[in-house]
Amino acid sequence: MSLWEYANPKKFMQVSAGVLPWVVGLTGLCLVVGLVWGFFFTPDDYKQGSTVKILFVHVPTAMMAINAWVMMLVASLIWLVRRHHVSALAAKAAAPVGLTFTAIALVTGAFWGQPMWGTWWAWDPRLTAFLILALFYLGYMALWQAVEDPDTAADLTAVLCMVGSVFAVLSRYAVKFWNQGLHQDSTILKVGEKDPLDVAYYLPLLVCIAGFVLLFVALVLIRTRTEIRARRLSALQARERIA
Amino acid sequence: MIALLIRDLRLAFRAGGGFGLGLAFFLLVAVLVPLGVGPEGATLAKIAPGILWVGALLACLLSLDRIFALDFEDGSLDLLATSPIPLEGVVAIKALAHWLVTGLPLTLAAPVLGVLLNLPGPGYLWLVVSLAAGTPALSVIGAFGAALTVGIKRGGLLLSLLVLPLYVPTLIFGAEVVKRGAAGADVSVPLLLLAGITAGALALLPFAAAAAIRVNLR
Amino acid sequence: MELVVENLSVARGGLTVLEGVSFSLAAGQALILRGPNGVGKTTLLRTLAGLQPAVTGSVSAPPESLTYAAHADGLKAVLTVEENLQFWAAIHGVGGVAQAMAQMNLTELRARRAANLSAGQKRRLGLARLLVTGRSVWVLDEPTVSLDVASVALFAGVVRAHLAAGGMALIATHIDLGLTEAGVLELAPYKAKTPVATGGFDEAFT
Repeated sequence: MSLWEYANPKKFMQVSAGVLPWVVGLTGLCLVVGLVWGFFFTPDDYKQGSTVKILFVHVPTAMMAINAWVMMLVASLIWLVRRHHVSALAAKAAAPVGLTFTAIALVTGAFWGQPMWGTWWAWDPRLTAFLILALFYLGYMALWQAVEDPDTAADLTAVLCMVGSVFAVLSRYAVKFWNQGLHQDSTILKVGEKDPLDVAYYLPLLVCIAGFVLLFVALVLIRTRTEIRARRLSALQARERIA
Repeated sequence: MIALLIRDLRLAFRAGGGFGLGLAFFLLVAVLVPLGVGPEGATLAKIAPGILWVGALLACLLSLDRIFALDFEDGSLDLLATSPIPLEGVVAIKALAHWLVTGLPLTLAAPVLGVLLNLPGPGYLWLVVSLAAGTPALSVIGAFGAALTVGIKRGGLLLSLLVLPLYVPTLIFGAEVVKRGAAGADVSVPLLLLAGITAGALALLPFAAAAAIRVNLR
Repeated sequence: MELVVENLSVARGGLTVLEGVSFSLAAGQALILRGPNGVGKTTLLRTLAGLQPAVTGSVSAPPESLTYAAHADGLKAVLTVEENLQFWAAIHGVGGVAQAMAQMNLTELRARRAANLSAGQKRRLGLARLLVTGRSVWVLDEPTVSLDVASVALFAGVVRAHLAAGGMALIATHIDLGLTEAGVLELAPYKAKTPVATGGFDEAFT
């Protein structure tokens, strides 16, 4: 039995219907545990006070904002190579979720930046790169909306996603070059180096990251199922028109 | 392929619009910005590199939707797709034609507008050099965007939404070259990066654009 | 030199419209495609011309031998008759512009811009383009729209000369071109019985 069997819409619907309640339940569990633990049972930072705890939302959403695009890129490539409709629809379904994560990361970043840096917004390379990422999401979604024929739309958006990925990476390095920035480097993987993330934050953050990854999976599954149903509906309507 | 280039240039000249409009738009940007910002020479000199690059970029954007839309509507694109010329070549030639009627005149006119914006002396050379190196990328990225939206009625706004994020690296490095040049600093790093982006876009995007056109012709 | 179409199915808007179309065409032969509106003539011709993929089946033709002409003529309004033809001749790397104009009775209009031509004259110019492609298989979608009786006869003569020179023609048309030697393919029997969506999507549920 090959992995590609799950690309069959019917098979996908069956399997995802079984998996979805578990994913949703696990998402809720991880998010509640991680966020409650992070917000109420961790010490305040000696410098940043309780403001620092926004990281439990900010860091996972920022990670997922990028990972969602990577997932869309992989799904687009699978569509272009193997022509599995579920893959194209999953990419379509992931875009608004990715955009929402990007927006949450930007907004929580602004709430964090205001007391720390004294400004809601700075043209910092990381912030700018996320803003540009949001524009890529918008363009991708707008192209899906504008093209009527679903297969044509899937092809065009897949090509856009590939080209956009290259330019998104280029933009990331271009804005780094353009401004050195206020934003600290990521500290999650700095265990054992200087200025690491405090151990007290580490575990709840990991739980939160797991929660947001699961949230993304759950939302994409639900949205993909909706897209499949919509495609099925229009296929039935088209068949009825002809008969 | 030369025939296609000659035809596109001839159409651009006879139909008017095309390159006159882009230049006029560029001029308007250079006139409106001082009216909005104020006449202080020091302020203008500081923002001149960025304004000139943004102006050139927007002027370039204006005529993008004409690259393929007219040929799509009158059926020429169908006929070109069945002709001996590969579609990738058609895209490359059309991007070249677009550059010749917009990018090149913008590059040549930019120093004059630099005077209006009080661009510091050493910046002029680098303004022309950076536009010459960067505007071909604007044309070929634009051709890719135009290829994606060719089948869409009134796709002009969507085209801008798709193309502008793709213009970010070119804009950053292009404006940086002028900024550093105007300040008398070393420009080699951003200039090489700019040229690299242009070379990469010229090499790869015609293939992506041709794929998009094939999808849109189905 | 032969065009062979085997068991071809074509789709429009994700729905199969024609299935099991098979025919072959040898040098010097023409085939008229007939069928009611919406049966899929244009879709079939675009598939043959390589502009869209077939659902199933195969089209085998000598490489670079087909040329396509449809409702849109691909003419540029600001170019003259002669310039329009010269462009397509240059694209295909062949000559014969003057002869093509003579054959389609356009020589007197050579310096006139396409914008100032009547609908029928434009159509004649669009068909004259076929003569400067050097391609042997003409795939024509309603070539006689807006042509008067004399021009239809003129065009039929051009097609006949093309066939006599070893060419082939596939013509979707409703009117009688007077090409008595051409075969006729009625498309209605090939209408897809089960209009399922393509790409293994719709049927995956059933």
